[in-house]
This record gives sequence, structure tokens and C-alpha cells, in this order.
Amino acid sequence: METPKTITKNAFATALAVLILMLLVATPLFAPVYTTILLTGILMNMTIAVSWTLFSGPTGYISLASAAFFGVGIYTSAVLGMALPFPLVIVLGALVSGCLALLVGMLTLRLRGIYFVMFTFGLVELLLHFILWWELTITGTTGRVVPPMPNTTVFYVMLLILVTLVLTVSFIRRSRYGLALESVGENQEAAAHAGVNVTALKVIIYAVSALFMGAAGAVIATRWTYIDPKIAFNPLISFMPVLMAIFGGIRPLYGPIIGAAIFTYLEEFLITRFPYHYMLIFGIIMVVAILYMPNGLVGLAEGIWKRISRRTHADT
Amino acid sequence: MIITILDVVISGLLLGGIYAVTAVGLSLQYGVARVLNIAHGEFIMLGAFITWFLYTAQGINPLISLVISGPVVFVVGILLYRTLFTRLRMISPTPGAFEGNSMLACFGLLFIIQNGVILIWGADIKGYSYLAFPVDFWGAKFAANRLVTLAFALVICLVFYLFLSRTRMGKAIRAAAQDPETAGLMGVKINQVLALCFGFGALMAGLGGGLISISYKIQPSMGLEYTMIALIVIVLGGLGSIPGSLLGGLILGLVGSIVTHIEPGLALVAYYVIFMVLLLARPTGILGR
Repeated sequence: METPKTITKNAFATALAVLILMLLVATPLFAPVYTTILLTGILMNMTIAVSWTLFSGPTGYISLASAAFFGVGIYTSAVLGMALPFPLVIVLGALVSGCLALLVGMLTLRLRGIYFVMFTFGLVELLLHFILWWELTITGTTGRVVPPMPNTTVFYVMLLILVTLVLTVSFIRRSRYGLALESVGENQEAAAHAGVNVTALKVIIYAVSALFMGAAGAVIATRWTYIDPKIAFNPLISFMPVLMAIFGGIRPLYGPIIGAAIFTYLEEFLITRFPYHYMLIFGIIMVVAILYMPNGLVGLAEGIWKRISRRTHADT
Repeated sequence: MIITILDVVISGLLLGGIYAVTAVGLSLQYGVARVLNIAHGEFIMLGAFITWFLYTAQGINPLISLVISGPVVFVVGILLYRTLFTRLRMISPTPGAFEGNSMLACFGLLFIIQNGVILIWGADIKGYSYLAFPVDFWGAKFAANRLVTLAFALVICLVFYLFLSRTRMGKAIRAAAQDPETAGLMGVKINQVLALCFGFGALMAGLGGGLISISYKIQPSMGLEYTMIALIVIVLGGLGSIPGSLLGGLILGLVGSIVTHIEPGLALVAYYVIFMVLLLARPTGILGR
């Protein structure tokens, strides 16, 4: 397996990742504020897309609870932001999300296919409407103000979360747990017979993915500064990571990262260029992406590459 | 006391009738065509806006314009299935992959339809007044338009049920729901039947939307809530069962009315609690197999 070619390929990929990381770290020093804010949005979407793919990619369970985990992080930040220091708020946001995912995971183990999809999306709507009712009738508020943080701080914290996530995911993928997760996705019964504790594995990986979504929510809330249940539990956040991951390519780790980067940039571009038509265009792009790129950009690129290399082989 | 109970029960049934019509459509789309149509509510919204437009701009009676808005949405549904979903079915390796892909494609459709309507008619809340005089039921008062809505909803469900159970086409649809491949071997034109099912689902959504516009305020962003309610109803009644959808719709309407009577604002929360408990305890629903 480890031919010299793959070793150079791996070294090249690592070097490229480090280079991009260094560029990102330096960005707020020389780039305009707008760029930093745009990049923060991209990093946030990358975090959500990669965490979604961590669980749903290998297992094939389409989770639409992302908005719930993300929103719980946002609300933790809104409720505790005044009282506690920023780092502690982020950790708590992550933990609350993780605990919710543990609970959901343990409850939904028996559900498969479309029932799991429905349950996870139901969770988002349940939390949204419950908190909406709670805020209106019990606390008598509609929205909350989150103590703001400087743009560069938010950017660096988001970057830190994404880097931690990428390292965690690549560690999990290379460990025996990653292999076990793959086998669960391919054939759950066979995996169980081979000695994989399917239940525990699924629940824990699901909780890990929720941890990062919660952390991202807790951080971005300080940049949004005002939130209400409809902003925090926006159902769009449930679908975006799925579309980003499919758009980029689910298999490789960099697939969802590329997908999130392009999607977020595209959204920003369309908003500024076509403020009245951008949602319409966005919808068309989604449909076209699902129709014509079932394996994502990465799959598309690989297909083209294969065709080219086959042609050169045929020539020689 | 009696009046209060009557009040709650009848308003529950009025609400439930609309829930039933829209749920029957979604049940058909998911039960037969295997498309979990997240954009179902957008077809409802489209039906509602066409009816509103025909009434306010052309003065056409909303009950008559059901004959216009329904077929328009039906054709849109058929065309969508013929182009988009048929291709998706071809490129999806497994039925499970098709369910996932088609759901995501529907999410894209949701954006397209919703923003198309916003571009044409604007994003604000709309409404009109039709048959808005009160009718007395042993002391409990209801607007006439809501009673007409309920009557129409029940008739539409009944007609549709008879169509499915008595006609040749209905038999083909039921066969395709049970086993599409075997049905194809028995001479059912499966692609045509699946497209028709998706179209009929859209038709029911369009008719439901028309009825909704008679009694309620409408706006382009109303779709997702109706989609979710339809989804809850079909899980409650049993996926793919038409009588189940009717029963589930009426039950959910009653629940909504009772909860609203006790604590307004918690009706949707109650729906979702029922939904999630059902999924965990009995995902096949009341009449499901």
C-alpha cells in the first residue's frame, strides 16, 4: 500500500494543509475586516459539515439534527455569556450539545432509514417551538443579546475548533474505531458479529460530532450578538451540512471542507450580486448538484482524472 | 361546559379536515413514489396563492378555482417527477439512496418554489374574506367558510379513496405501492404510475392549499409548517395508508384544538412530542402494517 507515490502524495497533502493553515492564521493581520468575517463564516460551515460527515458519512444515517446541536450551542452562549468567561461558555456549549446527542443517540438506536431522518428533524422543530413558547410565556422575551467578541478573536477560536475537529476526525478514521464505523455503515449485523459494539460506537461518534457543532454555535453567537429561537434553530442549518458534504464529496476528509468553502462563498457572492434572486438561484444549484454530481466535486475531479490517465495509458 | 366541548371538538375537526387532505397527498408521494417531499408545503402554498390571486384579481369564487389551482399544481408535480425524480431514480444505486437524494432535491425545490412565489407576489401575509358570516351550532359559533372547508376536505378525501379502491388506475397504484417491481412485471406501467402518484400528491396539496386560503391567512413561508404537520399525520395514521391519513388528520386536529384551548402556543410543541414518541414507540402508526 505505502508505495513511494502515496508517501509523496501524503507529504504533499500535509504540506499543503500546513501552508493553508499558516495563511489563515496570518489573514487578520493584513486582510480587511470583511475578509476575516467572511472566513469566519466559511470556517463555521466547514466545522458543521465535517462534524456531520464524521457520523453520517460512514454510517449512512442522514442526521438532520445539526440545527438542534448548533442552536443549543448558541443558546448556551446567550444564557451564560454574561455570567461566565468566553472559553468556559464554549466548552459548556459543546458539552450540552454532546449530552443532547447522547440522549438522542440512545433513544433512536432502533430507528433506521427515513425514521431516523424524521426524528432528528422533529427534534429541531420541537426545540424551536418549545423555546419559542418558553421565551414568550415564561421569561417574557422574544430574543436575547449575546455579549459581543472582537472579530479576530471569533475568527481564531473558530479556526482552533476546526483544526481540533480535523485532527480528531483523521485520528478516528485511522484508528480501529473508524474501521468499525465503516463496517457498521456497510452491514450492521456483520459488524456486530465481528465484535463491534455497534450501539456504543454509534452513540459516542454521534455525540463527538455534536460537541463540535455546539462549540461552533457558542462561538458564532458572540458575533451575531442578537439571537432568537428562529435564528438559533434555523432548519436551514440542518440541511446545509448535508448539501455541502454531498457537493464536496462525502468520502475524503477534505470533501466537506471544499464543499463548505464553495457553498459559503457562493452564498455570499449571490447575496451581494442578486439580493432578490439569490435564494432561487441557490435552490437551482442545490438541485443541479444532487442531479449531476452524486459523488461531489471530488468524485467529479477523480472521474475526469481517471479518464485522462486512461487515455494516456491507451496512447502508450 | 357543553358549548366549550362542542367548540373545541368542532374546531378540531375543522383543522383536522385540512390536515387530512394535505397528508393524503404526502402519504401517496412517500408511500408509492418513495419521495419524502420536504417541499410538500410549498405545493400547498402554491395552491393557496393561486386561489388567492384568482379571487382578488379576477373575482373567481375560491371553491370554483379549486378546479384551476389543483390541475395546475398536478401538472407541475407530474413534470417534476418525469424530469427530476426519474433521473434521480436512475442514478441512485439503492432505493435507500434514492430516498435520501430525492429528499435533498426536494429541499432545493422548496427554495425554488418559495422564492419564485415571493418574486411574483411578494413576501407579506395575504388573505381575503369569503363566506365569513357566523353559523350557530347549539350555541357555539363558527365561520361558514370553515364549515365549507371541512365539507370539501372530507369530500375530496372520499373521492380520492374511491378512486384508489374502485378504479383500474387505483389498483395499479396500490400494486405499485406494495411492490413496484412485481407490479411492473404484471404489466403496470410503473414509471407512469409513479409520476401520477407524485402528481396526485401535488394535486392534493394544491387543493388543500386552496381550502386553507379560504379560512386562514397565507404567506410564502407557510410551507414548512404544513409539511411537518402532514408528515406527523402520515406517521400517526400509518405510512402509505389513505384511511390512516384521514383518521390521523382528524385526531391531530382534535389534539391541536384541545391543547390550544388549555395553553395557546403549545399546539405545535404537542404535535412534535406526539411525533417523536410515535417514532420511538410505534413507527407504523395507527393503521400501518
